[in-house]
Amino acid sequence: MEFGFSTLETRSIDYDKFDRKLIEYLLRYEPSLLVCMACGGCTATCSAGNLTEFNIRRIQLMVKRGETDTLKAEIDKCMLCGKCMLICPRGVNLRNVVMLIKKALATEVIEKSDKQSLNS
Amino acid sequence: MKNIVVVGGGIAGVETACLLAESGNHVTIIERSDKLGGKLNQWYCLFPDFKKSDEVLDYIHNRLKNFDIEVKLKSVVENVEPNGNGWFIYTGNVRYAADAVVLATGYDLFDATRKEELGYKIYDNVYTQADIEAKFKSGNLKTSYGKDPERIAIVHCVGSRDEKCHNMYCSKVCCVTGVKQAIELAKFLPKTEIFCFYMDLRMYDKHFEELYRSAQEHHNIQFIRGRVSEVSESSDNRLSIKTEDTLSGRPMKMKLDMIILLAGMEAKKNTLATAKLFDVETEESGFLKSKDFHLGAGILSRKGIFAAGTCISPMSIKETIENARSSAFQVNEYLKSL
Amino acid sequence: MQTQYTVSKNYRKEIADDNYYYARSCIRQNFFPGSEATFLNILKNDLGRTIYDDPKHTTCTGIAYHSDVIPFNTIQTVVARHFALMSEHGFENFVASCVTSFGMYIEITETWKHFPDQLEEIRHHLKKATGREFMLPKNIAHTSDVVYKYRMRIAEQMKYPLINVKTGQPLKIVDHIGCHYAKMFPKNGEGGAEFTQVLQGMIKAWGGATVDYPERRHCCGFGFRQYLVQANRGYSVSNSKKKFESMQPYEPDAIVANCPGCAMFLDRWQFVINEMHGKRYGANDSMIPVLTYEELAGLVLGYNPWDLGLQMHQVDVTPLLDKMGVKYDPDEKYRTRAGRQIGSYTPHQSR
Repeated sequence: MEFGFSTLETRSIDYDKFDRKLIEYLLRYEPSLLVCMACGGCTATCSAGNLTEFNIRRIQLMVKRGETDTLKAEIDKCMLCGKCMLICPRGVNLRNVVMLIKKALATEVIEKSDKQSLNS
Repeated sequence: MKNIVVVGGGIAGVETACLLAESGNHVTIIERSDKLGGKLNQWYCLFPDFKKSDEVLDYIHNRLKNFDIEVKLKSVVENVEPNGNGWFIYTGNVRYAADAVVLATGYDLFDATRKEELGYKIYDNVYTQADIEAKFKSGNLKTSYGKDPERIAIVHCVGSRDEKCHNMYCSKVCCVTGVKQAIELAKFLPKTEIFCFYMDLRMYDKHFEELYRSAQEHHNIQFIRGRVSEVSESSDNRLSIKTEDTLSGRPMKMKLDMIILLAGMEAKKNTLATAKLFDVETEESGFLKSKDFHLGAGILSRKGIFAAGTCISPMSIKETIENARSSAFQVNEYLKSL
Repeated sequence: MQTQYTVSKNYRKEIADDNYYYARSCIRQNFFPGSEATFLNILKNDLGRTIYDDPKHTTCTGIAYHSDVIPFNTIQTVVARHFALMSEHGFENFVASCVTSFGMYIEITETWKHFPDQLEEIRHHLKKATGREFMLPKNIAHTSDVVYKYRMRIAEQMKYPLINVKTGQPLKIVDHIGCHYAKMFPKNGEGGAEFTQVLQGMIKAWGGATVDYPERRHCCGFGFRQYLVQANRGYSVSNSKKKFESMQPYEPDAIVANCPGCAMFLDRWQFVINEMHGKRYGANDSMIPVLTYEELAGLVLGYNPWDLGLQMHQVDVTPLLDKMGVKYDPDEKYRTRAGRQIGSYTPHQSR
């Protein structure tokens, strides 16, 4: 039956329904990720973020909330210049976080099924 | 020898009384409840160094022993009459003459049932920070189902900065209380995920910021910026909350086993009645109004009437002690001028 | 765990006990045609109250006001006319059959309280347009408030309690209050906006159990502007869907709704979602029957379900009737009063 409208998907983050493997992996190798206080200094100085929609602050938030659908496309925008690390008042090594995400996606660190969902 | 009446026997009242007795005055403490120490009696330990509350209580009790201070427990100021430059103060059948009065009536914890949407006293396993201090004291941190909580939320700013509760001010000590309790919980329950839902984190005093960082770095406490708008119960008998993760810009929901509401400090209802008896001004918030914000903290609108501690504004223990000492100094200065 | 809520003093509302002027809803008579007649029957016959059903009464125009079609001054004047009719018939207690109307009557009388000039202006408009004058009601209630007030009296006359006759267990009933009942003026709703008691009170008094599910307070999605424009109906249905998904784990036996729009959409959208996604939210892949509180009261009092208009629902109500042990004639379901069969419902298979 054609109704002329359809249902919408929720925008709500369901904290109970996401796979923790990626965030656990990142925290194991880059525990500085814990102390981010979301000041945005990294994004303000980011080379890539000044020219594109890229938001390096949001990368750490995306993994903490399980928003991994667009993660691969997002981190590909990072130019790995490391200015975010220079500015961070809490010493978060964001460049390493980006590298670790790349590594996680490329290797078997994360099980295949998770990788597929991350790449899709 | 001058006579001084201190109304309220919490730590502010006792510290002020001791200093005033030390400088040779005759001091009487009138305390409503049956013991000294006020709300601190219910607290387990203090930020930012986890000092046991009992150590502070021991300090004031030991200090009191050094002086001849009259302590009237279970007594309430019922009437006040002018007497020259001073007052007659009536409690029960007893009359006290006072050359100066210190109001140290303390605070009330915000009644969290007023924020109905947060489910306090409606759902099991929703507590205030005061309830949790009692739980720390008893050492029992199980949920009402007898299990260790898997997930705990600490909700900041309950009844503070909230027009709907007519409390426009920041209660200021709740943030660090939340961080302190989060760390204590993490120590008690190492497997539990702990979240703080905050709007702003006001780590205003020495060591507070470091405590906050340590909560993140060493205890994996997660700070989510957003106000909890609704608590309900899920079908599996857990608690379910709605908030916005404002840094992601998206609504968020989460199931939990325990919720701790950081209820703010409110002006005590009794303080208003006491202020009326002594004819001193209060602020819109209900706290006692000091003569000057910068230069006259604790000096009230009527000569000879002073205030100490949390009847002036929300304060930490450290600030309360400092404030009590400064009020004692002001009282002595005033007495010299008589 | 049962909700331990008791109605706080702040949210106890005054509900008149007799002599009501009845304000019908403009849409309920199409959506749930038996409900208003049932309310009048229960009040007059079962409870022995006086209520005046005025043929001169019109829509309150709230539906148009909330859709930005009618300005505030116009609706105030329409409402003033209703108050004039009430005054002319010698009544002081106004009872509205629609939560949006109820919300409008409260919004307007509150406005007049705070802006007396506005009240004078409206008096002038009404006088000029109709020659009428009006008094403000002494008491404004929603019809569910009145049923709530007399819930124990209804319980005394109860024929079919809200109990599953096969298991002996209380029926699990979801209550849905409707945004305009208490979200705008919490003090005017019994129990306030967060833990509204008006339907819960009935359900408990009649032997049922209420379901306290996470999205209980969420809007049904009706939203006026949303459903009026076809392209926007996705918002509307998605809100209902969110509620259904949240209540599903509790396996509710029925939903009872306070508001004309909510009852309509919680009923109709289940059909739509089933057509779109093949999803049903009741136990054993069934749909959840949706009742108005008058229909629920009528069933409890033993009224014939087809006189209540239950055959007009989208979701089949007979499973609920069977659970309650209500006696009914299935052949009578689609038979007109003249005896003609006008068809039978066959459930749609989802694609």
